[in-house]
Formats: sequence, C-alpha cells, structure tokens
Amino acid sequence: MWDSESIWEIAVEATSASHDARGAGLLATAHRAGFSEVTGIRATRLYLLRGQLDRAAAERLSADLFADPVIEQWSCHQGADWPESAEPVVEVHLLPGVMDPVAISAAGAARELLQSAALGGTGVQVRTAWRYAVIGLTELDRLETLARRILANPSIEKISICGLGRRDELPQRFPEAPQVSNQVRHVRLTGLGDEELTRLSREKHLFLSVEELRAVERHFATLERDPTDLELETIAQTWSEHCVHKTLKSAVVYRGQGFGVDGIDADVERHYDNLLADTIAKATRELALPWCLSVFKDNAGIVDFDERHGVAFKVETHNHPSAIEPYGGAATGAGGCIRDILGCGLGAKPIANTDVFCVADPDFDDDRLPPGVLRPRRILRGIVEGVRDYGNRMGIPTVAGALYFDDRYLANPLVYCGCVGVISKDRIHKEPRRGDKIVLVGGRTGRDGIGGATFSSAELTDTHADEFAHAVQIGNAIEEKKVLDALLRARDHATGCLYTAITDCGAGGLSSAVGEMAHELGAVVDLDKVPLKYAGLRYNEIWLSEAQERMVLAVVPERLAELVAVFVAEEVEASVIGEFTGDGVLRVRYAGGEVGSLDVGFLHKGLPKRRRIATWNALRRSSPTVNERIADVQAMLLERLSSLNCCSREAVFRQYDHEVQGGSAVKPAAGVGEGPSDAAVVRPLLDSRRGVAIGAGVCPNLSDDDPYWMAVLAIDEAIRNVICVGANPDRIAILDNFCWPGCEDEEQLGALVRACQACHDAAVTYRVPFISGKDSLNNQFSLSADDARRLGLPETIAIPGTLLISSLGLVEDVRRCVTSDLKQPGARVWYVSADVRRGGPESAAAMHRTVARIIRSGQATACHDVSDGGLAVCLAEMCIGGARGATVSLDGFATGADARLRLFDESRSAYVFTTPPDVDGNALGGGREIVELGVVTRDKRLCIGVGAKTLVDVEVPRLDAAWRRTNYLD
Amino acid sequence: MAQPRVLLLRAPGINCDVETQHAWRLAGAECDAMHVSRLLEQPATLDRYGILTLPGGFSYGDDISAGRILANRLAHRMGEQLRDFVRCDRLVLGICNGFQVLVKAGLLTAGSPHTRCTLALNAQGRFVCQWTSLRCDTQRCVFLERGRRYFLPIAHAEGRFAVANAEAYDRSLAALRYTRGEPRTGPANPTGSFDDVAGLTDETGRVLGLMPHPERFVDPSQHPFATAADDIPEPDGLAIFRAAVEVFR
Repeated sequence: MWDSESIWEIAVEATSASHDARGAGLLATAHRAGFSEVTGIRATRLYLLRGQLDRAAAERLSADLFADPVIEQWSCHQGADWPESAEPVVEVHLLPGVMDPVAISAAGAARELLQSAALGGTGVQVRTAWRYAVIGLTELDRLETLARRILANPSIEKISICGLGRRDELPQRFPEAPQVSNQVRHVRLTGLGDEELTRLSREKHLFLSVEELRAVERHFATLERDPTDLELETIAQTWSEHCVHKTLKSAVVYRGQGFGVDGIDADVERHYDNLLADTIAKATRELALPWCLSVFKDNAGIVDFDERHGVAFKVETHNHPSAIEPYGGAATGAGGCIRDILGCGLGAKPIANTDVFCVADPDFDDDRLPPGVLRPRRILRGIVEGVRDYGNRMGIPTVAGALYFDDRYLANPLVYCGCVGVISKDRIHKEPRRGDKIVLVGGRTGRDGIGGATFSSAELTDTHADEFAHAVQIGNAIEEKKVLDALLRARDHATGCLYTAITDCGAGGLSSAVGEMAHELGAVVDLDKVPLKYAGLRYNEIWLSEAQERMVLAVVPERLAELVAVFVAEEVEASVIGEFTGDGVLRVRYAGGEVGSLDVGFLHKGLPKRRRIATWNALRRSSPTVNERIADVQAMLLERLSSLNCCSREAVFRQYDHEVQGGSAVKPAAGVGEGPSDAAVVRPLLDSRRGVAIGAGVCPNLSDDDPYWMAVLAIDEAIRNVICVGANPDRIAILDNFCWPGCEDEEQLGALVRACQACHDAAVTYRVPFISGKDSLNNQFSLSADDARRLGLPETIAIPGTLLISSLGLVEDVRRCVTSDLKQPGARVWYVSADVRRGGPESAAAMHRTVARIIRSGQATACHDVSDGGLAVCLAEMCIGGARGATVSLDGFATGADARLRLFDESRSAYVFTTPPDVDGNALGGGREIVELGVVTRDKRLCIGVGAKTLVDVEVPRLDAAWRRTNYLD
Repeated sequence: MAQPRVLLLRAPGINCDVETQHAWRLAGAECDAMHVSRLLEQPATLDRYGILTLPGGFSYGDDISAGRILANRLAHRMGEQLRDFVRCDRLVLGICNGFQVLVKAGLLTAGSPHTRCTLALNAQGRFVCQWTSLRCDTQRCVFLERGRRYFLPIAHAEGRFAVANAEAYDRSLAALRYTRGEPRTGPANPTGSFDDVAGLTDETGRVLGLMPHPERFVDPSQHPFATAADDIPEPDGLAIFRAAVEVFR
C-alpha cells in the first residue's frame, strides 16, 4: 500500500512543442501506425518522491534538479492524482520490480542536493513515470490500443487512463515486495510417472526431459532424500540448452545426402559422438594454429594480437526476451555479451560491439499479427535503441553488424550482440584457489530475470509474455560501466591482479556463475550476504536471479581489503558471499540453514548424454531458383537498391557511437558519399597502428535449399568482408552463432548437422579457425488452429535456419586499409569470383588470398564484396560511397548474352576492386581470371553495357536516393 | 610552466577519459585522471593544475538530463572554486558531456551578465554520430584559430544549443559553428542547434565547451576519408589540444 501523505509528484514538461521531441516522436509513430486522427501528443516526465520532504525541498528539487530552466516548466504537489485536463491522459508506470535506472541516479542526486542545502532529504526514494496527453482521439478503445501499441509495453509497464469515460486508479507508487516464506521446500520426484514428470518440468519451468529428471531422481535416491527446490532449479539451469548446449553436444547418427561438392549424389550415414566436438571444434583442432590463444573454453575466444596482447571475441543471442520487450531484451543482450568479455580470462577491455538483427517486414499487416506478438517495426526500433543506449553509455563503439528481413522472424526476432576485447597475454589464465573468497560485485539482486536460461529453451506461444514476464529485464548500463572501470583497475593494480578468477553473472545468476567457478573445488555460499534491491526474496530467488550488471570474483583473503577499496572508490558494491572450499560440494546456506548441497561432479557431469537420429532428404528440397529473364536492368537495380535487404543501414548505425575510444579506422560509412563499408577496422591501442577488422556473414535465404551451402557461404562472406578492408588472410578467426527453429524433429536436426559439417569443411579449407560459438535452438512460434486459419499463417512459424558467422581479422597497419568507395577518376575496375557451390570452398580459398595480396601490395584503391543484390548493387554502392561514376562493360564475361544474369547473381563469392590506370589487374591474379569491367569516371553516372547495348545509364544521386529511401525504422 | 598539467575529471558513466588523456599527452601536456568523488573530497587538488578537462560520456547515465547530476555536484560543492580557477588564468575544456556539464553548472552562458542556455535533445529526437564540418568565427578563444575550419565527429543525443532569451544572446561567444562541407550527405547543422552553435566560449576565452570530439581526431587514421587521402595535415582535434598547450609556453 502507498501512503499518499508522504508522496510528492513533480511534473516536468517542455515550455514549447519544439522542445517536446518525445511527444513529437510518438506522434509520428502513431501516424505511421494508422492513428491518423491523433493531432498531438504532449509528454510530461513524472518524478514521484517519498521520504523526508516538505514543499521547500520539493520545489528546490524541481527547479534545480528535475527541470531545465531554459526549455522546461515544472509543477509539484503533494499526493498523486490525475491532472485537470481537457484531453484524455495516459500514465505509464513501470511494473513493480522493473529496473528504473533514472530513479536510482535521481534519488542519489536528490539526497545530495537537499543535504547540501540543509533541506533534509534523508532516505528520499524516487520513481519515474510518463504522462501523455493525447489530442484528437475520441474513442476509448482507440486510446487503449494506442497506449498498448505506442506508449507502453504492458509486459513491463502499467497503463492507466483518465478520460473518454475511463478513470483508472493510479498504480501504487512505491510497491512493497510481498513477504514470502523462506521455509525450505523439497520436490518429490520418486514415484512420479512420465506424464507427471513432464508436467512438473513444464509447470516449474525446468525444461528438463523425463530422462534427465530420472537421472536427478536416481542421484537423490542414492542420497536417500528429495532435492530442495533450489537444488532442482540449479540443476535445471546448469543442464539447460542455454548453458550446456546439449543438442550440439549430443551423439548423432546422420542419414541422408552426402556433404560437399562430391557428396551430392550419394546418401551417407555418419556417426558423431559429440556433434560440436566432431565438426566445429574439430576444425580448430585440426588447424592447430599457434595464434589461437584460448578457444572454446572461456567466456570468449582469444587470438594473438601483438607481442603483449590478445584479442577476445564473443557473440551471444538474446532472442526470446527481445520478442517480449525489445528495448530491454536487446540492451541486456548487449550488456550480457560485454560481461562475457569482462569475464574472459582475468578480464578483457571491451573495444567494439557488433549487432545483427533478423526481423520481419516492418510493414507486416497489423491485422495479421498473432496474439502476443509485437509489430515488427516496433521490435526493430526497440532493439536498435536498446543496443544503442547500452553500448553508447558503456563507451564501447558499436561498429559492425547486419540487418536481415524475412517474415518468418515475425514472432521470433533474432538479436545477436557481439563484443570484442583486448587483453594482456599474462591475464588470460585464471583459476580460483581453495580458500579464495567469493566476491559479488556490481548491481543489487532483485526478483528480475528468474529463469532466463530455461526460458530460452521454451517454444514461444501467445501466453509467453505473461508466463515469462519475470525473465524480461531493463539494463542499467552505468552500473556496468562502473564495474568495468573498477575491474580494470583491480586487474591492472600496481601490486598485481587483485583476484584469481572472474566470471559474469548471466543466465542462471549466481547458481551458474558460482557453480561454474566451483566446478572442481566446490564452494559454500551464504545467501544472506547478497545485497538485495528490496526485502522479501525467497532464498532460491536470490540464488537464481538474473539481475544484470553483476560479476563474481575469486579473491585471495589477503588481497580482499585492497580489492574492496578499488570497487568502493568507483562507487560499486563488493560483497563477500562465500568461499571456495575444495570438498567438491556446492553448499548454499540461508538464515543459518542449508538450502542446497550439490555434488559438483553430478551437477556438471551427470547430464545424461542424448543420442539422436538426424535425417536429410534432399529430394524434398527446392533447387535454387535461377534468375528469370530480366527485362529492365536499370529498374531492377533501383528496386534492389531500395529493397529491405540491400538498402542503407544508416538509420541504425547513425544512432550508435561508432567513434568512442578513438580507435575507429574504417567506419560504417565509406567515402565522402557515405556508402556502405564491408567491415569495421578498429585500433585497440592508441599508440599502435595495428588493428582488427570485424565482419559478419549471414545468409538464411539459402537454408531452405541446403544448410550445408548456407553455412559455407556465410563463412565465405564473413571472410570476404574483412579481406576487403585489408585483413591478413592467414589471421582470420571466426565465430558461429546458430539460431535454429527447433531440433526435436529429425529433419531439423539433419539440417543442423549439415550446417555443422559445412562449418568444419569450410573452416579447414579456408584455414579460418572457430574460436567461440553459441546457439539458440528454439525459435518457433505456435498458434492455435483457429488463429492460424483466421490470420492466414501456419500453425507453427519457424525461422529459417540462421547461422551468423562473425569474423575477426588482423590488420598489421590501419594506414593500409582500403574502403569500398570509388576514388580517383580513371581508375580501372576489376571483378574476380568463384563458384563455391560448384567448386567447393577450395575454389575460393586461393581467391581470397589473391585479393588480400593485391590490397597489401597497395595496388587496390577500393574493394567491395559482391553480396546481396549482386554485382549491380555492388557497383552502385561503390559509386554512392565515392560520389563518382563508373562506365562498365560486361563483355569480359564468357557467358555472353547471359551476362546480365551476372549483374544480380548472389550465389558466387566475388569481389570488385579498382586499381590506378597503369596497373593491369590480370597480371595480379596469379593465374586466376580477373575480368576488367571498366573505369571510374568523374561525372556521376553509372553506365553498364554489354556489346553495343546499354543496360544501365543512371545518375549516381538517383542511385543514392533509391538506396537511402526505405524507412524500416520509424 | 613549460609543460602544463591537465586534470581530467572522471565520473560514473564518463567514457572518453582514456582517449582524451592520450590526446593531451600527444599535444605535450601532462594529464592526470581523477574521479569526481576524490576531487570533491579534496577540492584543493585542483589548484595544482593549469587545465581542467571534463571529457565526454554519460555522467550518471545522463539521467534526468545530460550532464545534470554531475553539473549539480560540481556547482553546489565547488562552484566558486571553479570560477576562481578561470579567473586565475587557467583553462577549462568541456567536451560533449563535459560541455553539457559546464552549461548546466552555469559555468558557460550565452551572454553577459548571465543569459541562460542549455543543450536540449537533438531536433531528430535521438542520438547522432556523424563527422561534421565546423568553423571558428571568433578570435577570443585560446583553443581555436579564427577563420580555421575544423572537421570533427559529434556523438550525442542532447546537443541542440538553445538560449532562454535570444535578444540577450552574445554571438561572439559562439566558438564553433556547424558549416557546409564534407561529408555531403545530411544537413550542415545536424542537430538543429540555435545559430548553428557547436561550441561556446566565455568572455575570457579560456573556457571552451564543444559538442564535437577533438580527441577523436588526433591521428590521421581516424579521419573518415583517410583511405582516399594521400596526405592529411595536422589533425584538427590535435590542433585544439596543442593550442591550449601553447598558452603555457
């Protein structure tokens, strides 16, 4: 309950509409979403304060803290009630327990201000909310829809409405957490039948199979007791797909079409003892490259950078939370991946972020949205803003990424977040020691995000938003930034690193962080010592909470005082919550009693290994569609340029601070005309010219046909990206991130096996090792039969098998980098390609090295990867970037009249590059055919012809306009 | 004082401290970073320095409004000392978030005696990261050269300069203005700033607040068209740091 007596409400709004950018933005969004009758939205920021406050204090805070005297006005009054308003008013408050970072900072600032002015202020608490006056709406149900679609997300926010005949009670302003019993509960497994176990697994959100629950039952039978709820939940987290990748690590028998160019005609049977180890990790093992410093064992893979440093790279997905709350889901996805880098070795310093999003058409018909699914435009905008706000606040440049549209991502958008870090080579090894203290640093623990790891194993349905609302979180980037600042100071302390091991608190919270660190030693943890956001948490909630911005350290007792001092100086809480024991048991205590005692051997090795059958029937697949005859090449080029999958990504990257840290060498925009770059190049050390190139390959459109070639071409594209900007082809490492619709079905698993096998084959041929990877294997959405019929959608919307390959290439000197924009008029334009589907990766491996050699020799002045949209789009993009023209002839292609097909062919691995007029590209090919296409011109026209026929003759500004026209974000 | 000493103020959420420190060192200054809480504990530390720098970032998350909380801490607890610092011929440089802090702490105004100004949310309502062409029209500011064009990146959500009273606004305080130039896409004034203002100085010319980031262009490799250019002269950002160091020579 809330006591209105002690509440002060401070309302702040812009003095003129021109400074109400929030209101104006929402109005534009409302119009785009079809609320054309709305003529205005006025936004008011609300601060609700509780504590030692009188009018003088509230007015002082309003004037000196909350309102900007130049552009805002404020009002404050005691108690909170609806304002007098002619227009209907909507208030949006966060649901109890949802992170409110502004409130945390505001409370601190308010207390400090009042204390320095001797106006009290002790114990002041703050909550924030938004109030919107909506002008022009006359029907209540329209207002309710607008509030739900545009103004708030009911999965994290409470909507209250006053007007048009409705007058809600305003939400409790300072909700108190309900007190819960902390009596130890046991869960009985013995005697339960298969059906009962299945139900238990589902109801408790364990997502364990019957077989797995039986293994737990047998283990506890030997101990002659039932597991506690905490123990069972710990096992479920530790054994979740998210944490152990049990599908990728299962034993698989594959039956179906063979692999690679030679495998097409014959079926094979292949046995994998551990799919991941026998394909992806095997490639890295076989290559055995000395510059791979740490692969597949830490939070991130680490490769050699220079004499003293390594570079770490990790990519994660955060798909399910982003489907429900795109902003918070994506922000915490970025935050989690950054923590992986912070927790890699003894801590790497993040130097760059990457992001790849797969979403449905932003203009997908609203009336055909399944229940519980957010509009794709809203999803995309939310995830872009989430990644933006987290990365920008952390001061990590978001430098590279991709955006891919397909309507099968309607209910399961994919959000990949990556982070690159730099680490001293003597900080790679870590190991907690017996007797080390377990220190929890960072944000406080609340009821947030409980069950995230198991949630990712669930198939989404229309009730997922309600059922898993607790798994949705809002991040607090500044807390993580403080942790980063403190951590690097503790790592590089004058007296040596102040801790012996570190890991991040991610999925599974403490259960998984401490469990992982203690996997050999065992540990004892006192949950009473974990700092809480609010009272009333049950012991298992403390243990499993996925509250963000926390890390766990192992600290030798003698260094503890120094370590705590470093964190306190950076305003970060650091608490000793237990110690590593060495007895091989993970003991969890609360209020003097033991609430869990798990044998770490069973916890980490007791998961029964699955044996699976995978099949693949090539005959049921469609063969790739060959380009039909193209009537009007120029019209097709303009259409392709403005298509969702080719058009400019500027609306996204402009919002990311891609320059912070000062290391940016090749940026998302290339040239004076700001065309697209193939990859980003970042210089991690300000006093060095060495850099890393970061690229990405993703081509889910090829999955339906054959995931084998999809994977090969994704790897090929990721390699081309970094080669284009000047990476050393012998120093490219890659990461795999699988997002699959599901794997219970033998064919779906067969598709996964084909992609994994391709990863092995291509990585070995290209000599690019995998250094890290992650998977998300449940990305399909179930509709009821009725809904499916009504909406004209399948009962199961399954994403296409999507494999993101991220690449990290070494650039010895960033001054030698090349970008895609055309430069000097008169330069000659060349094309080189390989047909990977017919010739296998071996047909392209030498080409990548040839192009890299040409770039390294300094003879290439521009280079661009031919990808979505084919050669025509590639040339157009190079013209746009350079604000130059080009005159191109297709006569060099042996295919003659079909040359125009080459223009839009996306199936080949190909590059376009330019050289100064006196350089003969063919002499650079080392025996490989390099086709001369034409010449760069000063007049801004792209002319493409074959024989005497002109196919394209268009002004570059027109290409530019087509490429920038498409609005997929606002 | 041959080599000036620079105090660089850190705070929770400040994130351009490392590269700004690097820029000062490249320019020939000695630069110490200090957490704002340490400075507030021992304000006299400030007197040991010739230059104070407030680097970019999101101090305290930019919660409530950009720079507001850090500005309040400084203004309420050592405002007079900061004004004395400037009076004693020392220099103050506020970059991006640092500029927002200087404005919101009242250390930079739009005219005399005290015309209030602010840095509001950009006209497009969101964060923008973009290289911009700038020009300096004033002789007053020791960090800048009148008539010179500067090419530097901006990266902020709240950089739209606004004044409370346009009639009291003193145009000669506008130290840097957005201007037409490279890159060719997008508007010259990318945030809708009043009078195209990208940077502001005070009457002494010894305080500079600017939204663009000079520390992000101190090496030719940082230039966005570096791959097209054969030769990049002195990076524009480095020139700003060097000009400040020159004051102490």
